Parts: sequence; structure tokens; C-alpha cells
Amino acid sequence: MSARSRRPSRRPWRRPGAALAAAALAAGLATACGSGEASDVVNLYNAPQENMAQIVKRCNDRAKGRYRIALNTLPRGADDQREQLVRRLAAGDSGLDVLGLDVTWTAELAEAGWIREWTGGHAAEARRGTLPAPLDTAVWDGKLYAAPYNTNVQLLWYRSDLLPEPPTTWKQMMDASARLAAAGKPAYGEVTGAQYEGVVVWFNSMVASEGGSILSKDGKRVDLGPPAQKALQVMRDYARSKAADPSLSNTKEDDARLAVESGRAAYEINWPFVYASMASNKPDMLPNFKWAPYPGVNGAGRAPLGGANFAVSAYSKKPEISYDAALCLRDPESQRIAAVKDGLPPTIESVYNAEGMAKAYPMRDAIREALKTAVARPKTPTYQNVSTVTAVTLSPPASINPPSTLSTLREQITDALDSKGVLP
Amino acid sequence: MSKAKAAAVSEGRRAERRLGWWLCAPAALVMLLVTGWPIVYSVLLSLQRYDLRFPADKAWIGLTNYGTVLTSGFWWQAFGVTLLITVASVLLELVLGMAIAVVMYRTIMGRGLIRTVVLIPYGIVTVAAAYGWKYAWTPGTGWLAGMLPDGTAPLTQHWPAIGIIILAEVWKTTPFMALLLMAGLALVPEDALKAASMDGASAWQRFRMITLPLMKPAILAALLFRSLDAFRIFDNIYVLTNGAQNTSSVSVIAYHNLIGGLNLGIGSTMSVLIFIAVAIIAFVFVKVLGTSTPGSGGRR
Repeated sequence: MSARSRRPSRRPWRRPGAALAAAALAAGLATACGSGEASDVVNLYNAPQENMAQIVKRCNDRAKGRYRIALNTLPRGADDQREQLVRRLAAGDSGLDVLGLDVTWTAELAEAGWIREWTGGHAAEARRGTLPAPLDTAVWDGKLYAAPYNTNVQLLWYRSDLLPEPPTTWKQMMDASARLAAAGKPAYGEVTGAQYEGVVVWFNSMVASEGGSILSKDGKRVDLGPPAQKALQVMRDYARSKAADPSLSNTKEDDARLAVESGRAAYEINWPFVYASMASNKPDMLPNFKWAPYPGVNGAGRAPLGGANFAVSAYSKKPEISYDAALCLRDPESQRIAAVKDGLPPTIESVYNAEGMAKAYPMRDAIREALKTAVARPKTPTYQNVSTVTAVTLSPPASINPPSTLSTLREQITDALDSKGVLP
Repeated sequence: MSKAKAAAVSEGRRAERRLGWWLCAPAALVMLLVTGWPIVYSVLLSLQRYDLRFPADKAWIGLTNYGTVLTSGFWWQAFGVTLLITVASVLLELVLGMAIAVVMYRTIMGRGLIRTVVLIPYGIVTVAAAYGWKYAWTPGTGWLAGMLPDGTAPLTQHWPAIGIIILAEVWKTTPFMALLLMAGLALVPEDALKAASMDGASAWQRFRMITLPLMKPAILAALLFRSLDAFRIFDNIYVLTNGAQNTSSVSVIAYHNLIGGLNLGIGSTMSVLIFIAVAIIAFVFVKVLGTSTPGSGGRR
């Protein structure tokens, strides 16, 4: 489909005398393939999502020729996605129109001036019926920079044959594991303790559960303090308890999921995708596979908030149709398809009661409940640096030494905020 | 008359020389543009606070970035890892490469086949080979990881990961080393070896007392090439660990700061420091080479 629209752009290079320049620029031209496209094409760059093409097709049909979304799939890893996007945005590439952004990138891209603010009718449409927590992830400095697409919260997933009553605090988890271990049953409780975003997510939720935060509200100062020290203490204790899998310091989401599916672990802290995975991999375990709210330190826990939003590139030459395309891609029906077919929790409240949700999302009330108190990661343009140094400082969790880890953390994050620090 | 002729000749020669300059000029200019300017530009960037995420905060800050990098534990950690990988992999390559070179040189049967087979690892794209190693060491999918006790994931631990990086590097570039050394072996005159043999020197003595000293320039050149290459190691680490478990090399950490962190100032500072380190290695080697070429040592 794009071959037709690209051909004319090659013609001007056929002039005599421009041959040399053409040869020199050929490589550049090949990478900037989006730039010569027809004016009705909206280039969407999104993380891999199995049924995204279906959503795109629906929107293209509805646009009736006003725009045509071209789906470009980014690499699988979040870091690789971000790298491709920021590299092209930093170069002012006009070949990107609608960007699927992780919720943690809003501040960075907005501050750099790479994504457009949403105002007027577009903003009103993006806000309408959207849950407050996911909506807030699209806001930086009081302005809306993206339209929330899907959200996510971690829950406690447990085997009810091993744990009749789900633990509600980390202390109870450790006690439950100790009992299971003593009885010779699978005792591990999987958490994402590897040196990557997962351990930051864990720490962030622990600090929030204690009423603290990593950064101040405006994202300019380090907060931490006693809640962080308490969080570090609990993480250390957990990593040294009977609940800790020996490979805790290497565990990512998929490892945690597999440990429970293989029967090695009794429970896990994870995103809701584990439910669909259990249903297809171990259907016999599914009846005993239950969910409960994210555990707290003393009282109720605050679940980590994830998800993705659609932004419009500042270098897009077709902002009007890009906003419209982005709005269609995240409208209730698009979100319903994403939820039912790809397991992505919706950001629009009404979609939770839509057709097909009860079957695909038996845990949808728990998700909605968790979203009320879910905690977003710190908002700062330097989030990438803050996250990287935090992950390094907290690894491995068993070696955390609360007071000294806390002071290292404070130092490292302060440097990261000033973009003075060196990334490992 | 002869004077006039001489003048004409020199006039002709001068014109030729001028033409030579003109013919070289485009190439020299392109070289200057594609290598000179980026180097100058990184030096300029390294003197600025320049974070793409804060375009408004761009400013000239002198050598502050150098202070930041040179006092950073992450930088020195990466520097240590790089040195370790460089020294370990180059030494291993030298020993293995020498053995392979001797075998290739002395083989009579199937010489072409053996030389081709030995060169295969060098012919494989480094990134492709690195992915091969990565999957081989990944529990569940890898044949090498399968030989380890259950639950070991060597790439997720510091020392095993460093070991695997060195292994991948050695496997990949030993053939290159062997090739360079084989060229050196050709420098050793057969007569000298035969004479030593007649005098009753053992094979090891002939190798140590005749072959090695005569090969010294070739060995040092091979070491220089490989050390410079190894110090800039990037692709193997990028694929195998991407710097996790403190396995970043200086090039990987520079990449993380430049591309991941979008911090052009700090990243360029690291690039300049790598450039300086490579220049020092080259300088030391050339000095060593300069003092040890046959004839100037005065040992024989």
C-alpha cells in the first residue's frame, strides 16, 4: 500500500548531476521512508500487540478516506522502543505521527518538546470517561500530552490450594512461605527482583504503601525519607526469607509467571497477563489460580501502575488527522478489542462492563479497585536515569543495607535529576 | 641549455606534484569531513552541558563533564572491566593464535581446507555470533546452559558473564590473530631453523630462541591491532548482557549515556576519553615497536 505513495518521491533524484548526491543520500532516504508518503497517511509507531492490526483496520474503515493509519511495530523491549523513538525525535524525523508511549516517558518527551500538547476538543475527548489514575500518567506540568490507551496494575496471584487465605502484607507473605516450606510444599513468592525496571516498580510501590514517595510532587527533588528506609528493610527481609526464590535477583515478569506455572512457586506479584497465560498453559491449575490486592507494608498496599498512551509527535506534518487517528485507536471499542483479545486493561471506565469482558477479565473488579490507589512511577523528564540508578543501587535486593543504601540512593537520584550523573 | 632543460624537468615535476595534490584533495577533504569533524564535534560537545531532554539548559561548562565522568564509580568499573577483557582476551588469543598459526603453517595435507575452516569464526558477523553464544548460555534454550546444574544462568552473574564475554571475543578473533602471526612465521628463514636443528636445538628451543625473536615485529603488530580492537569492545557485550551485572565496557557505558540517556555532554566526554585511551595504547605500542625492531635492539 505504501509502495504507490513512495514512488513519486524518488523521481527528483533522476536529474543529471544529482547522481552523486543521490548516492550519498541513498542510505538516509531508505531510513526516512515515512517522509515521502501521501498526506493522508498517519504513521503509528506502537509496541508489539498481536491484534493491533484489527484495531487499525477498524479505524481506517471508520475514517472513510480522511486518513489511513500505517502500523509500524516497535521492538519488543521497552528500552529498545524508547531508544528508537527518541533517536528519531531528536533528529526531528517527520515520519512519525502517532506514538505509543509507555506511561513513564510522558515527562521526558514533553519536556524535550517532542510531543504535542492536547487541547480543546481533542483533549476533552481524551479525558471523557477516562479513569483518573491512567489519565494522570499522560499529564506533565499540568498539561495533557497523550490520550490514555491501556492501563495496568500488579496484583497478588496465588494458588488457593496452597494458600486458602491470601496474605495482605509482605510480613504475612513471608510467614505463609515459612509455613509452606516447613510443610515441604512449594513456598516461593515470586517478585520482579532483577536489575531492571521491575525492581524499581517494586520499590516505588513499597515506598508509596508507607505513605512516601521517591520524588517530590513536582519531580524536582528527592523525597525518600523514613518510608523509603522502611521499604528497603522489608525488601531486604523478603529477599532473605523463605519466600525468596534463589533466582530472585534475576527474576523478571516472565520468570515469575513461569515459576508459578511450573509449580515451583506458590504465588507471585505480577501483571494480569499471567491469568491468560495460566489459562492457556496450565488450564488444570486455573481453578485454583486466584488474585488478591497488592500487599502492603502495614495496611493496604498500593499497586504499581503501568500502561501505554498515544501521543502526537511535534514533528508530525499532519497533526489534525493524527489526533483523530489516536482518538479512534483508543476509543471504547478499540480498547475493548485490546482488552478481550490482547489482555490490555482499558483506561475508559465503561469498557470494563462491555461485552466479552466478564469472560476475558474475571479479575476486572480487582483491577478497577486497585486503580483507585495505584501508584505511578515518579514523574520527571530524567525518569530513565532515575530508574537506572535505582535499579543498580537496589541490586541484588538481599544485599540492601537500609541506611547506607538509602543514602547512596539519595545521592545517585539527585545526580540523575540534575542530568549530571553517569549512567552505568 | 642544460640548465634550461633542468628547469623544464623541475617545472614538469612540479606540475605533476601539483596535479598529485589536486587528485588527493577530494579524498583528503572527505576524510577530514567524515573523521576530523566528528572528532572535533565530540570534543566541543564534551565541553557543554547538553542533555537533549533539557534543550533550554544547554551551556558551555568547560571541563565539568570530565570531572563528573572521572569521579564516577560506574566509569571506573567499566574501565576496569574493559582492561580486564582486553588483557585476558588478547593474551588468550596470542597463545591460541600462535598455536593455530604454527599448525596452519606446518600443515602439508589439506592446507587450504584447514586455513578456511580456521577462519570461519572470523567470517561470522560478531552480532550474529554473539546471539549464538547468548542463546547457548540461556537456561531452557541453550545447549551450553543445559550442561550446567539446574537453575544456573551464567549470563546473569558478574564473573561468569565476564568469562563468557571473553570466550566469545577469543573465539571470534583468534583466527585474525593466527592470520597475522602466520604472516610473521613466513619471516623466519628455514636455513636458520635447519642450522639450529643441526646444532642440536630442540623444537621448543628453536621456537623460543629463533622463531619468536624473529617474529617479534609481527607479534607486536598483531597485539597492537587486537588491543585497540579489544579495548573498544561493544557488540559482544551489547548482545550478551548489555552491561547488566556491571559488565559494561567503556564503549557500552558511553552508548548508554549518549543514546539511552540522551546526554550528549557526558556521552561525548566518554567518547573523547576512549579516544585518548586508545591513542595512549597505540603510542605505547609504537614506542615499544620502535625500540624492538630487529637491528635497533643490538642483541644479535
